[in-house]
Amino acid sequence: MANEVCLRNFDQDRPWLLEQYQNAGGYEVLKRILKEKTPPADIIEEVKTSGLRGRGGAGFPTGLKWSFISRNAPGQKYVVCNSDEGEPGTFKDRDILRYHPHLLIEGMIIAGYAIGATRGYNYIRGEFWEPYQRFEAALEEARKAGFLGENLLGSGFDFELHTHLGMGAYICGEETALLESIEGKKGQPRYKPPFPAHFGLYGRPTIINNTESLASIPVILEKSGSWFKELGVENSGGSKMFSISGNINNPGVFEIPMGTPFSTLLEMAGGMKDGRKIKAVIPGGSSAPVIPGDQMMELNMDYDSIAKAGSMLGSGAVIVMDDTNCMVKVLERMSYFYHEESCGQCTPCREGTGWLYRVVSRIENGKGRPEDLALLDDMTVKIAGRTICALGDAAAMPVQGMLRHFREEFEYHIEHKKCMTGS
Amino acid sequence: MGFKNAPMTSVTPAEQKASLFTPEIRAEIDRWIAKYPEEWRQSAVMAALQIVQENNGGYLTQELMDQVAAYLDMPPIAVYEVATFYSMYELKPVGRHKVCVCTNVSCMINGSDKIVEHMEKKLGIKLGETTGDGKFTLKEVECLGACGGAPMFQIGTKYYENLTTELVDSILEGLE
Repeated sequence: MANEVCLRNFDQDRPWLLEQYQNAGGYEVLKRILKEKTPPADIIEEVKTSGLRGRGGAGFPTGLKWSFISRNAPGQKYVVCNSDEGEPGTFKDRDILRYHPHLLIEGMIIAGYAIGATRGYNYIRGEFWEPYQRFEAALEEARKAGFLGENLLGSGFDFELHTHLGMGAYICGEETALLESIEGKKGQPRYKPPFPAHFGLYGRPTIINNTESLASIPVILEKSGSWFKELGVENSGGSKMFSISGNINNPGVFEIPMGTPFSTLLEMAGGMKDGRKIKAVIPGGSSAPVIPGDQMMELNMDYDSIAKAGSMLGSGAVIVMDDTNCMVKVLERMSYFYHEESCGQCTPCREGTGWLYRVVSRIENGKGRPEDLALLDDMTVKIAGRTICALGDAAAMPVQGMLRHFREEFEYHIEHKKCMTGS
Repeated sequence: MGFKNAPMTSVTPAEQKASLFTPEIRAEIDRWIAKYPEEWRQSAVMAALQIVQENNGGYLTQELMDQVAAYLDMPPIAVYEVATFYSMYELKPVGRHKVCVCTNVSCMINGSDKIVEHMEKKLGIKLGETTGDGKFTLKEVECLGACGGAPMFQIGTKYYENLTTELVDSILEGLE
């Protein structure tokens, strides 16, 4: 039941070539839509039926997002793909760009058709040079074959698609920061509302979806929304790509149905390295609160199961840690990241992420004070929910998770000026 | 509250633009300008800075940023904002090979500390520094989205994954 959506036909020789993609039935859905002039509302309805939720981390229903655009409003509209993959632990979109660029292109063209947009941009992080080149080559192939440009396959529908390269800023994964970045500015998030569906790129109606979300579109329209939905479980339609890394034997990207037990995913990833004991798992990218290993072994990989356990499925980035890891050190590194990547726009995040990092760091370095844990608790509450974008929450949540589940390790550090795990 | 969203324009006459950069660089920047709406030349600023940085040994100078501003009809301050915001731009000279090593969680728990320590010792520099012969710069970076191959680093446009100290030695020694 694995590899049915974005990793379909993944094992072919050079799956990124147009010829291979078409041999496996690629662009047939687009051709059918253009030929039959499928009503756009039907496409959006099908995507709604599929239960597809934003694969970048927020989990917002994709079909609902598309329906916010008023298709018949005059003027330019845009489809933007968020390939600014940067949530620590996530490395799935890179594989779509490297191995299945045409799947994403076809998904973006269909999205454009559905919302009445004739122009799209794929925002790829600048470090992904090899995936960028692959994607550019695929765009060239698609243009030559008449899938991009004016009057696609004689249908009267125009669609042009370009790449925009990021230059190293985690915050540009936030959708409105990403739009600012395409507009040639610092990537600082915008106030919402207005939402991008009304005021997006260049002030025009825009949908922004993650790479995996858009690459899931062709198969949903080929096999039907209900087929996709039934792959998964209630409230978590479809299958999803999980990037699993950490202290395991076979890290990598696995596409499995939503609701698959974590223990099965861990088994697919070769189990724990050196037969060590599982201590903790970050289930959805570093912004997702940590879950103790024992508890994680009982959970399923879907939005509701992980949410019930007090964390989030996020981007599906699973970081597995064994019992040699010190949670204080891990949190110190994560807090450094959010401090480094805060865009500086909102005071609670700009100043608060620095405070979080400095306090966790002094605990790690044997200079913690007895009142520090209460201080951390207090700071997280004063950051979360008080900023323009979710980076403040993303910085606070890992601290809250660690203090909820591994508080004694922090207390030990403060009291004994050293680590319980001996690392 | 009104929501302002317009390019910050400061127009430079076309004949002055023709003397900026080499024809090759201009052609490359123009390729990017063509991707965006006509009134949004500034959308090409990120790419333009990357192109001129690449052609200047890997770093930007104020003069280059001012030229980009003129070429894209932007006020210089708007270009400085971009150049100082994004981490892939360098505002000081760097070595011929910039080794961008990830130390984020997945890499850390797979031994990136040891990789960093090994390189610091081997090259005789700390993170953020450049060797005296101008050959290497060591730079700590955030997650590069290759956690399945942790620990990893990037040199130039290439990712090197599943690093060991032996592999690091052979990679670094193989560079000119």
